[in-house]
Amino acid sequence: MAKMKALVCRECGKEYPTEAIHVCELCFGPLEVKYNYDEIKAKVSRESIEAGPRSLWRYQDFLPIEGKPTIGLHAGYTPLVRAHNLGAFLGIDELYIKNDCVNHPTLSFKDRVVAVALTRARELGFETAACASTGNLANSVAAHAAQAGMQCYVFIPGDLEAAKVLGNLIYRPKVIEIEGTYDDVNRLCSEIAGERQWAFVNVNIRPYYAEGSKTLAYETAEQLGWRAPDQVVVPMASGSLLTKIWKGLNEFHRVGLIDSVNTKVNGAQAEGCSPIATAYKDGRDFFKPVKPNTIAKSLAIGNPADGYYALKTVAESGGAMDTVTDDEVVEGIKLLAQTEGIFAETAGGVTIGVLQKLAKQGLIKRDEVTVAYITGNGLKTQEAVVDSVGRPFRIPPSLAKFEQIFGKQGEA
Amino acid sequence: MAKLRYHIRFPEEKIPAPIIYEIGHEYKVVTSIRRADVRDTTGWMDVEFLGDTEEIERAVDGMREKGVLVDPIELNVVE
Repeated sequence: MAKMKALVCRECGKEYPTEAIHVCELCFGPLEVKYNYDEIKAKVSRESIEAGPRSLWRYQDFLPIEGKPTIGLHAGYTPLVRAHNLGAFLGIDELYIKNDCVNHPTLSFKDRVVAVALTRARELGFETAACASTGNLANSVAAHAAQAGMQCYVFIPGDLEAAKVLGNLIYRPKVIEIEGTYDDVNRLCSEIAGERQWAFVNVNIRPYYAEGSKTLAYETAEQLGWRAPDQVVVPMASGSLLTKIWKGLNEFHRVGLIDSVNTKVNGAQAEGCSPIATAYKDGRDFFKPVKPNTIAKSLAIGNPADGYYALKTVAESGGAMDTVTDDEVVEGIKLLAQTEGIFAETAGGVTIGVLQKLAKQGLIKRDEVTVAYITGNGLKTQEAVVDSVGRPFRIPPSLAKFEQIFGKQGEA
Repeated sequence: MAKLRYHIRFPEEKIPAPIIYEIGHEYKVVTSIRRADVRDTTGWMDVEFLGDTEEIERAVDGMREKGVLVDPIELNVVE
Protein backbone atom coordinates (compact mmCIF):
# COMPACT_ATOMS: atom_id res chain seq x y z
CA MET A 1 0.00 0.00 0.00
CA ALA A 2 1.22 3.52 -0.75
CA LYS A 3 2.18 5.76 2.15
CA MET A 4 -0.21 8.46 0.86
CA LYS A 5 -3.74 7.18 1.36
CA ALA A 6 -5.74 10.13 0.10
CA LEU A 7 -6.40 13.81 0.35
CA VAL A 8 -8.89 14.39 3.14
CA CYS A 9 -11.07 17.38 3.97
CA ARG A 10 -10.03 18.95 7.26
CA GLU A 11 -13.67 19.84 7.94
CA CYS A 12 -15.97 17.05 6.77
CA GLY A 13 -13.47 14.20 6.35
CA LYS A 14 -14.42 13.40 2.74
CA GLU A 15 -11.56 11.71 0.92
CA TYR A 16 -10.21 12.45 -2.56
CA PRO A 17 -7.50 10.95 -4.78
CA THR A 18 -4.03 12.43 -4.39
CA GLU A 19 -4.32 14.86 -7.31
CA ALA A 20 -3.86 18.60 -7.79
CA ILE A 21 -6.93 19.68 -5.82
CA HIS A 22 -7.08 21.74 -2.65
CA VAL A 23 -10.70 22.36 -1.71
CA CYS A 24 -13.39 19.86 -0.74
CA GLU A 25 -16.07 19.75 -3.42
CA LEU A 26 -18.71 19.09 -0.78
CA CYS A 27 -18.09 21.65 1.97
CA PHE A 28 -15.26 23.76 0.48
CA GLY A 29 -13.00 22.95 3.44
CA PRO A 30 -9.24 22.70 2.81
CA LEU A 31 -7.70 19.35 1.90
CA GLU A 32 -4.64 17.79 3.48
CA VAL A 33 -2.68 14.61 2.90
CA LYS A 34 -3.71 11.48 4.79
CA TYR A 35 -0.94 8.94 5.34
CA ASN A 36 -0.72 5.25 6.07
CA TYR A 37 1.21 5.52 9.33
CA ASP A 38 1.45 1.76 9.86
CA GLU A 39 3.41 1.48 6.64
CA ILE A 40 5.64 4.41 7.54
CA LYS A 41 6.25 2.98 11.02
CA ALA A 42 7.27 -0.37 9.56
CA LYS A 43 9.74 1.31 7.25
CA VAL A 44 11.49 4.05 9.22
CA SER A 45 13.79 4.06 12.21
CA ARG A 46 16.14 6.58 13.77
CA GLU A 47 18.98 4.72 12.06
CA SER A 48 17.40 4.74 8.61
CA ILE A 49 16.81 8.48 8.86
CA GLU A 50 20.33 9.15 10.12
CA ALA A 51 21.68 7.24 7.13
CA GLY A 52 19.70 9.45 4.72
CA PRO A 53 20.81 12.52 2.79
CA ARG A 54 21.72 15.70 4.68
CA SER A 55 18.62 17.46 3.40
CA LEU A 56 14.90 17.41 4.16
CA TRP A 57 14.66 14.32 1.97
CA ARG A 58 16.02 12.19 4.81
CA TYR A 59 12.35 12.34 5.93
CA GLN A 60 10.90 11.47 2.54
CA ASP A 61 8.87 8.61 4.01
CA PHE A 62 6.78 11.31 5.75
CA LEU A 63 6.44 13.52 2.68
CA PRO A 64 3.73 13.45 -0.01
CA ILE A 65 5.64 12.11 -2.98
CA GLU A 66 5.34 8.72 -4.64
CA GLY A 67 8.77 8.25 -6.17
CA LYS A 68 12.20 9.66 -5.48
CA PRO A 69 12.71 13.39 -4.91
CA THR A 70 13.68 15.25 -8.07
CA ILE A 71 13.60 18.94 -7.21
CA GLY A 72 15.17 20.85 -4.32
CA LEU A 73 17.54 18.06 -3.38
CA HIS A 74 19.59 20.27 -1.04
CA ALA A 75 16.83 22.05 0.86
CA GLY A 76 16.57 21.67 4.60
CA TYR A 77 18.75 20.14 7.31
CA THR A 78 19.71 23.59 8.50
CA PRO A 79 21.61 24.18 11.77
CA LEU A 80 19.92 24.00 15.17
CA VAL A 81 22.09 26.50 17.00
CA ARG A 82 22.45 26.33 20.79
CA ALA A 83 21.89 29.97 21.70
CA HIS A 84 23.93 30.37 24.90
CA ASN A 85 24.21 34.16 24.76
CA LEU A 86 20.61 34.89 23.85
CA GLY A 87 19.46 32.26 26.35
CA ALA A 88 21.46 33.95 29.13
CA PHE A 89 19.97 37.32 28.17
CA LEU A 90 16.41 35.98 28.18
CA GLY A 91 16.76 33.66 31.17
CA ILE A 92 16.34 30.40 29.26
CA ASP A 93 18.97 27.77 30.01
CA GLU A 94 18.47 25.63 26.93
CA LEU A 95 17.51 27.82 23.99
CA TYR A 96 18.00 26.90 20.35
CA ILE A 97 17.63 28.79 17.09
CA LYS A 98 16.47 26.73 14.13
CA ASN A 99 18.27 28.69 11.47
CA ASP A 100 16.55 28.62 8.08
CA CYS A 101 18.41 31.83 7.14
CA VAL A 102 20.85 29.45 5.47
CA ASN A 103 18.40 27.23 3.64
CA HIS A 104 19.36 26.24 0.12
CA PRO A 105 19.01 27.77 -2.43
CA THR A 106 17.15 31.01 -1.55
CA LEU A 107 17.81 31.48 2.16
CA SER A 108 14.33 31.02 3.58
CA PHE A 109 12.12 28.20 4.85
CA LYS A 110 10.13 28.43 1.62
CA ASP A 111 12.82 26.26 0.02
CA ARG A 112 11.37 23.38 2.04
CA VAL A 113 7.79 23.74 0.90
CA VAL A 114 8.76 24.46 -2.70
CA ALA A 115 11.07 21.43 -2.91
CA VAL A 116 8.16 19.21 -1.88
CA ALA A 117 5.56 21.06 -3.97
CA LEU A 118 7.50 20.95 -7.21
CA THR A 119 8.66 17.37 -6.78
CA ARG A 120 5.01 16.42 -6.36
CA ALA A 121 3.95 18.73 -9.21
CA ARG A 122 6.34 16.98 -11.55
CA GLU A 123 4.99 13.59 -10.46
CA LEU A 124 1.52 14.87 -11.33
CA GLY A 125 2.73 15.81 -14.81
CA PHE A 126 2.94 19.60 -14.53
CA GLU A 127 5.49 21.45 -16.64
CA THR A 128 4.76 24.94 -15.34
CA ALA A 129 5.20 26.23 -11.80
CA ALA A 130 3.46 29.35 -10.54
CA CYS A 131 2.86 31.32 -7.39
CA ALA A 132 1.55 34.61 -6.08
CA SER A 133 3.99 36.15 -3.71
CA THR A 134 5.51 39.29 -2.25
CA GLY A 135 8.94 37.83 -1.62
CA ASN A 136 10.43 34.62 -0.31
CA LEU A 137 8.00 32.23 -1.98
CA ALA A 138 8.48 33.78 -5.41
CA ASN A 139 12.28 33.66 -5.04
CA SER A 140 12.15 30.00 -4.14
CA VAL A 141 9.70 28.93 -6.85
CA ALA A 142 11.64 30.82 -9.51
CA ALA A 143 14.97 29.33 -8.40
CA HIS A 144 13.70 25.76 -8.18
CA ALA A 145 11.85 26.02 -11.49
CA ALA A 146 15.03 27.30 -13.18
CA GLN A 147 17.02 24.37 -11.83
CA ALA A 148 14.30 21.91 -12.79
CA GLY A 149 13.82 23.32 -16.29
CA MET A 150 10.16 24.12 -15.65
CA GLN A 151 8.26 27.09 -17.02
CA CYS A 152 7.59 29.59 -14.26
CA TYR A 153 5.08 32.39 -13.68
CA VAL A 154 5.40 34.66 -10.68
CA PHE A 155 2.61 37.09 -9.81
CA ILE A 156 3.51 40.08 -7.69
CA PRO A 157 1.76 43.25 -6.55
CA GLY A 158 2.63 46.24 -8.73
CA ASP A 159 4.20 48.23 -5.89
CA LEU A 160 6.78 45.68 -4.73
CA GLU A 161 10.25 46.97 -3.84
CA ALA A 162 12.82 46.87 -6.67
CA ALA A 163 15.17 44.55 -4.79
CA LYS A 164 12.46 41.92 -4.42
CA VAL A 165 11.51 42.12 -8.09
CA LEU A 166 15.17 41.67 -9.01
CA GLY A 167 15.38 38.64 -6.72
CA ASN A 168 12.83 37.00 -8.99
CA LEU A 169 13.96 38.29 -12.39
CA ILE A 170 17.45 36.87 -12.00
CA TYR A 171 16.04 33.34 -12.41
CA ARG A 172 14.19 34.44 -15.56
CA PRO A 173 10.63 33.44 -14.75
CA LYS A 174 7.76 35.38 -16.27
CA VAL A 175 7.14 38.02 -13.63
CA ILE A 176 3.72 39.63 -13.79
CA GLU A 177 3.15 42.82 -11.84
CA ILE A 178 -0.51 43.32 -11.14
CA GLU A 179 -1.94 46.81 -10.85
CA GLY A 180 -4.51 47.42 -8.16
CA THR A 181 -5.06 46.88 -4.48
CA TYR A 182 -3.80 43.88 -2.59
CA ASP A 183 -7.34 42.44 -2.69
CA ASP A 184 -7.40 42.82 -6.48
CA VAL A 185 -4.09 40.95 -6.76
CA ASN A 186 -5.36 38.22 -4.49
CA ARG A 187 -8.63 37.78 -6.37
CA LEU A 188 -7.01 37.74 -9.81
CA CYS A 189 -4.38 35.19 -8.75
CA SER A 190 -7.05 32.93 -7.32
CA GLU A 191 -8.94 33.15 -10.64
CA ILE A 192 -5.83 32.50 -12.75
CA ALA A 193 -5.01 29.48 -10.60
CA GLY A 194 -8.45 28.12 -11.39
CA GLU A 195 -8.12 28.71 -15.13
CA ARG A 196 -4.66 27.35 -15.98
CA GLN A 197 -3.25 23.86 -15.84
CA TRP A 198 -0.29 25.02 -13.80
CA ALA A 199 1.19 23.85 -10.55
CA PHE A 200 0.22 26.91 -8.51
CA VAL A 201 2.20 25.90 -5.48
CA ASN A 202 0.19 27.66 -2.80
CA VAL A 203 -3.21 27.08 -4.42
CA ASN A 204 -3.88 23.78 -6.22
CA ILE A 205 -0.67 22.15 -4.93
CA ARG A 206 -1.15 23.53 -1.42
CA PRO A 207 -1.94 20.19 0.29
CA TYR A 208 1.51 18.90 -0.77
CA TYR A 209 3.34 22.21 -0.48
CA ALA A 210 2.28 22.75 3.14
CA GLU A 211 3.64 19.34 4.16
CA GLY A 212 7.19 20.51 3.49
CA SER A 213 6.98 22.63 6.64
CA LYS A 214 6.81 19.49 8.78
CA THR A 215 10.49 18.92 8.10
CA LEU A 216 11.32 21.81 10.43
CA ALA A 217 9.79 19.77 13.26
CA TYR A 218 11.49 16.53 12.20
CA GLU A 219 14.90 18.19 12.06
CA THR A 220 14.35 19.84 15.43
CA ALA A 221 13.51 16.53 17.09
CA GLU A 222 16.41 14.70 15.49
CA GLN A 223 18.92 17.47 16.21
CA LEU A 224 17.80 17.59 19.85
CA GLY A 225 18.72 13.92 20.13
CA TRP A 226 15.33 12.44 19.25
CA ARG A 227 13.13 14.40 21.60
CA ALA A 228 10.50 17.10 21.24
CA PRO A 229 11.23 20.53 22.73
CA ASP A 230 9.15 21.87 25.63
CA GLN A 231 8.41 25.14 23.86
CA VAL A 232 8.55 26.38 20.29
CA VAL A 233 8.04 29.92 19.01
CA VAL A 234 6.87 30.12 15.41
CA PRO A 235 6.16 33.16 13.20
CA MET A 236 2.69 33.20 11.68
CA ALA A 237 1.66 34.44 8.25
CA SER A 238 -1.03 32.09 6.90
CA GLY A 239 -0.63 30.05 10.11
CA SER A 240 0.27 26.92 8.15
CA LEU A 241 3.87 26.62 9.41
CA LEU A 242 2.78 26.55 13.03
CA THR A 243 0.19 23.82 12.43
CA LYS A 244 2.67 21.73 10.45
CA ILE A 245 5.35 21.89 13.15
CA TRP A 246 2.78 20.50 15.57
CA LYS A 247 1.76 17.85 13.03
CA GLY A 248 5.39 16.86 12.41
CA LEU A 249 6.16 16.38 16.08
CA ASN A 250 3.03 14.29 16.58
CA GLU A 251 3.80 12.14 13.53
CA PHE A 252 7.26 11.35 14.93
CA HIS A 253 5.62 10.31 18.19
CA ARG A 254 2.97 8.27 16.41
CA VAL A 255 5.54 6.12 14.60
CA GLY A 256 7.70 5.77 17.71
CA LEU A 257 10.66 7.95 16.75
CA ILE A 258 10.26 10.11 19.85
CA ASP A 259 8.79 9.10 23.20
CA SER A 260 6.40 11.95 23.84
CA VAL A 261 5.21 15.36 22.69
CA ASN A 262 4.52 17.83 25.47
CA THR A 263 5.49 20.80 23.36
CA LYS A 264 3.76 24.13 23.84
CA VAL A 265 3.40 25.74 20.42
CA ASN A 266 3.55 29.55 20.53
CA GLY A 267 2.67 31.87 17.66
CA ALA A 268 4.26 35.23 16.82
CA GLN A 269 2.87 38.06 14.71
CA ALA A 270 3.66 41.70 14.08
CA GLU A 271 1.15 44.10 15.60
CA GLY A 272 0.52 45.66 12.18
CA CYS A 273 -0.80 42.35 10.83
CA SER A 274 -1.97 40.17 13.68
CA PRO A 275 -5.37 38.72 12.87
CA ILE A 276 -4.54 35.37 14.49
CA ALA A 277 -2.78 36.65 17.61
CA THR A 278 -5.49 39.25 18.16
CA ALA A 279 -8.17 36.53 18.04
CA TYR A 280 -6.12 34.56 20.59
CA LYS A 281 -5.83 37.57 22.90
CA ASP A 282 -9.56 38.27 22.60
CA GLY A 283 -10.38 34.63 23.36
CA ARG A 284 -12.06 34.13 19.99
CA ASP A 285 -11.89 30.93 17.92
CA PHE A 286 -12.12 32.91 14.68
CA PHE A 287 -10.07 35.77 13.30
CA LYS A 288 -11.08 39.04 11.71
CA PRO A 289 -9.17 39.86 8.49
CA VAL A 290 -7.03 43.00 8.57
CA LYS A 291 -5.21 45.28 6.15
CA PRO A 292 -1.50 44.64 6.81
CA ASN A 293 0.67 47.54 7.90
CA THR A 294 4.02 46.27 9.15
CA ILE A 295 7.66 46.07 8.14
CA ALA A 296 7.41 42.29 8.57
CA LYS A 297 6.15 41.88 5.02
CA SER A 298 6.80 38.15 4.79
CA LEU A 299 4.19 37.74 7.55
CA ALA A 300 1.75 40.30 6.17
CA ILE A 301 -1.19 38.05 5.36
CA GLY A 302 -4.34 39.78 6.49
CA ASN A 303 -6.78 36.98 5.70
CA PRO A 304 -4.82 33.86 6.64
CA ALA A 305 -5.97 30.53 5.19
CA ASP A 306 -4.86 28.53 8.22
CA GLY A 307 -5.64 31.10 10.90
CA TYR A 308 -8.44 29.02 12.40
CA TYR A 309 -6.24 25.93 12.53
CA ALA A 310 -3.36 27.86 14.10
CA LEU A 311 -5.69 29.01 16.89
CA LYS A 312 -6.79 25.42 17.38
CA THR A 313 -3.21 24.12 17.49
CA VAL A 314 -2.09 26.65 20.07
CA ALA A 315 -5.10 25.85 22.24
CA GLU A 316 -4.51 22.11 21.91
CA SER A 317 -0.82 22.35 22.80
CA GLY A 318 -1.29 24.80 25.67
CA GLY A 319 0.84 27.46 24.01
CA ALA A 320 0.26 31.18 23.60
CA MET A 321 0.41 33.95 21.00
CA ASP A 322 1.75 37.45 21.20
CA THR A 323 2.62 40.42 19.00
CA VAL A 324 5.41 42.95 18.65
CA THR A 325 5.54 46.47 17.27
CA ASP A 326 7.72 47.31 14.28
CA ASP A 327 10.27 48.91 16.62
CA GLU A 328 10.37 45.68 18.61
CA VAL A 329 10.85 43.75 15.36
CA VAL A 330 13.99 45.77 14.65
CA GLU A 331 15.19 45.29 18.23
CA GLY A 332 14.60 41.55 17.88
CA ILE A 333 16.68 41.40 14.69
CA LYS A 334 19.49 43.29 16.39
CA LEU A 335 19.34 41.21 19.55
CA LEU A 336 19.67 37.94 17.62
CA ALA A 337 22.49 39.32 15.47
CA GLN A 338 24.40 40.77 18.43
CA THR A 339 24.06 37.70 20.68
CA GLU A 340 24.22 34.81 18.22
CA GLY A 341 25.68 36.24 15.02
CA ILE A 342 22.56 35.42 13.01
CA PHE A 343 21.09 38.11 10.75
CA ALA A 344 17.41 37.33 10.35
CA GLU A 345 14.82 39.02 8.18
CA THR A 346 11.93 40.87 9.79
CA ALA A 347 9.97 37.68 10.49
CA GLY A 348 12.90 36.59 12.65
CA GLY A 349 12.64 39.87 14.55
CA VAL A 350 8.99 39.05 15.21
CA THR A 351 9.90 35.61 16.54
CA ILE A 352 12.68 36.90 18.81
CA GLY A 353 10.54 39.79 20.06
CA VAL A 354 7.71 37.45 21.00
CA LEU A 355 10.14 34.92 22.50
CA GLN A 356 11.41 37.71 24.73
CA LYS A 357 7.87 38.65 25.79
CA LEU A 358 6.86 35.08 26.56
CA ALA A 359 10.01 34.57 28.65
CA LYS A 360 9.40 37.83 30.51
CA GLN A 361 5.80 36.87 31.24
CA GLY A 362 6.95 33.54 32.65
CA LEU A 363 5.12 31.60 29.93
CA ILE A 364 8.49 30.13 28.90
CA LYS A 365 10.40 29.02 31.96
CA ARG A 366 14.15 28.93 32.52
CA ASP A 367 14.41 25.13 32.52
CA GLU A 368 12.28 24.50 29.41
CA VAL A 369 13.97 23.35 26.21
CA THR A 370 12.94 26.07 23.78
CA VAL A 371 13.30 26.39 20.02
CA ALA A 372 12.73 29.62 18.07
CA TYR A 373 12.22 29.33 14.32
CA ILE A 374 14.08 31.85 12.17
CA THR A 375 12.63 31.51 8.71
CA GLY A 376 14.49 33.94 6.45
CA ASN A 377 17.76 35.78 5.91
CA GLY A 378 18.27 39.41 6.96
CA LEU A 379 20.07 40.29 3.74
CA LYS A 380 16.62 40.20 2.12
CA THR A 381 15.13 42.92 4.31
CA GLN A 382 18.03 45.26 4.97
CA GLU A 383 15.81 48.32 4.55
CA ALA A 384 14.14 47.43 7.85
CA VAL A 385 17.28 48.03 9.88
CA VAL A 386 19.30 50.41 7.74
CA ASP A 387 18.53 53.42 9.94
CA SER A 388 19.05 51.72 13.29
CA VAL A 389 22.44 50.07 13.16
CA GLY A 390 24.66 53.16 13.34
CA ARG A 391 27.37 54.24 10.91
CA PRO A 392 31.01 53.20 10.46
CA PHE A 393 33.77 55.27 12.11
CA ARG A 394 35.35 57.29 9.31
CA ILE A 395 38.98 58.30 9.90
CA PRO A 396 41.96 59.39 7.82
CA PRO A 397 44.71 56.77 7.33
CA SER A 398 46.45 57.82 10.56
CA LEU A 399 47.44 55.63 13.53
CA ALA A 400 47.23 58.64 15.81
CA LYS A 401 43.65 59.32 14.77
CA PHE A 402 42.72 55.66 15.23
CA GLU A 403 44.19 55.63 18.73
CA GLN A 404 42.52 58.91 19.52
CA ILE A 405 39.14 57.24 19.00
CA PHE A 406 39.84 53.70 20.16
CA GLY A 407 42.62 54.17 22.69
CA LYS A 408 45.63 51.91 23.02
CA GLN A 409 43.51 48.89 23.93
CA GLY A 410 41.32 49.13 20.87
CA GLU A 411 38.18 50.07 22.80
CA ALA A 412 36.16 53.09 21.70
CA MET B 1 -22.07 27.97 -17.03
CA ALA B 2 -19.40 28.68 -14.46
CA LYS B 3 -19.12 27.58 -10.85
CA LEU B 4 -17.22 30.00 -8.65
CA ARG B 5 -16.61 29.67 -4.93
CA TYR B 6 -16.40 32.50 -2.45
CA HIS B 7 -15.89 33.14 1.24
CA ILE B 8 -18.34 35.79 2.36
CA ARG B 9 -18.11 37.71 5.62
CA PHE B 10 -20.93 39.64 7.23
CA PRO B 11 -20.25 42.66 9.44
CA GLU B 12 -22.42 42.73 12.57
CA GLU B 13 -24.96 45.17 11.12
CA LYS B 14 -25.50 43.00 8.04
CA ILE B 15 -26.18 39.73 9.85
CA PRO B 16 -30.00 40.04 9.81
CA ALA B 17 -30.08 41.07 6.11
CA PRO B 18 -31.31 38.37 3.67
CA ILE B 19 -28.47 39.11 1.26
CA ILE B 20 -28.08 35.65 -0.28
CA TYR B 21 -31.83 35.59 -1.02
CA GLU B 22 -31.71 39.06 -2.55
CA ILE B 23 -28.74 38.23 -4.77
CA GLY B 24 -30.58 35.18 -6.11
CA HIS B 25 -33.44 37.46 -7.13
CA GLU B 26 -31.45 40.38 -8.48
CA TYR B 27 -29.00 38.39 -10.62
CA LYS B 28 -29.25 35.24 -12.71
CA VAL B 29 -27.15 33.16 -10.36
CA VAL B 30 -27.86 30.09 -8.28
CA THR B 31 -26.31 30.17 -4.81
CA SER B 32 -25.41 27.08 -2.82
CA ILE B 33 -24.23 27.54 0.79
CA ARG B 34 -21.77 24.81 1.77
CA ARG B 35 -20.55 25.92 5.18
CA ALA B 36 -21.48 28.78 7.44
CA ASP B 37 -21.03 30.14 10.94
CA VAL B 38 -23.34 32.97 11.82
CA ARG B 39 -23.27 34.43 15.32
CA ASP B 40 -24.59 37.50 17.12
CA THR B 41 -21.74 39.77 16.12
CA THR B 42 -20.11 38.10 13.15
CA GLY B 43 -20.78 35.61 10.42
CA TRP B 44 -19.29 33.93 7.37
CA MET B 45 -20.41 31.61 4.60
CA ASP B 46 -18.68 29.53 1.96
CA VAL B 47 -20.92 29.78 -1.10
CA GLU B 48 -20.90 28.43 -4.64
CA PHE B 49 -22.29 30.65 -7.39
CA LEU B 50 -23.58 28.97 -10.54
CA GLY B 51 -24.19 31.06 -13.67
CA ASP B 52 -22.45 32.94 -16.46
CA THR B 53 -19.07 34.24 -15.33
CA GLU B 54 -19.95 37.87 -16.01
CA GLU B 55 -23.26 37.57 -14.18
CA ILE B 56 -21.50 36.02 -11.19
CA GLU B 57 -19.01 38.89 -11.18
CA ARG B 58 -21.90 41.36 -11.24
CA ALA B 59 -23.53 39.49 -8.36
CA VAL B 60 -20.29 39.63 -6.38
CA ASP B 61 -20.04 43.37 -7.00
CA GLY B 62 -23.66 43.63 -5.91
CA MET B 63 -22.90 41.83 -2.66
CA ARG B 64 -20.01 44.17 -1.99
CA GLU B 65 -22.32 47.14 -2.57
CA LYS B 66 -24.65 45.69 0.03
CA GLY B 67 -21.80 45.85 2.54
CA VAL B 68 -20.55 42.29 2.82
CA LEU B 69 -16.97 41.21 2.18
CA VAL B 70 -16.33 38.73 -0.60
CA ASP B 71 -13.03 36.85 -0.96
CA PRO B 72 -11.79 33.85 -2.93
CA ILE B 73 -12.47 30.56 -1.15
CA GLU B 74 -8.71 30.16 -0.63
CA LEU B 75 -8.58 33.47 1.32
CA ASN B 76 -5.13 35.05 0.75
CA VAL B 77 -3.21 33.33 -2.01
CA VAL B 78 -0.43 35.92 -2.12
CA GLU B 79 2.31 34.80 0.28
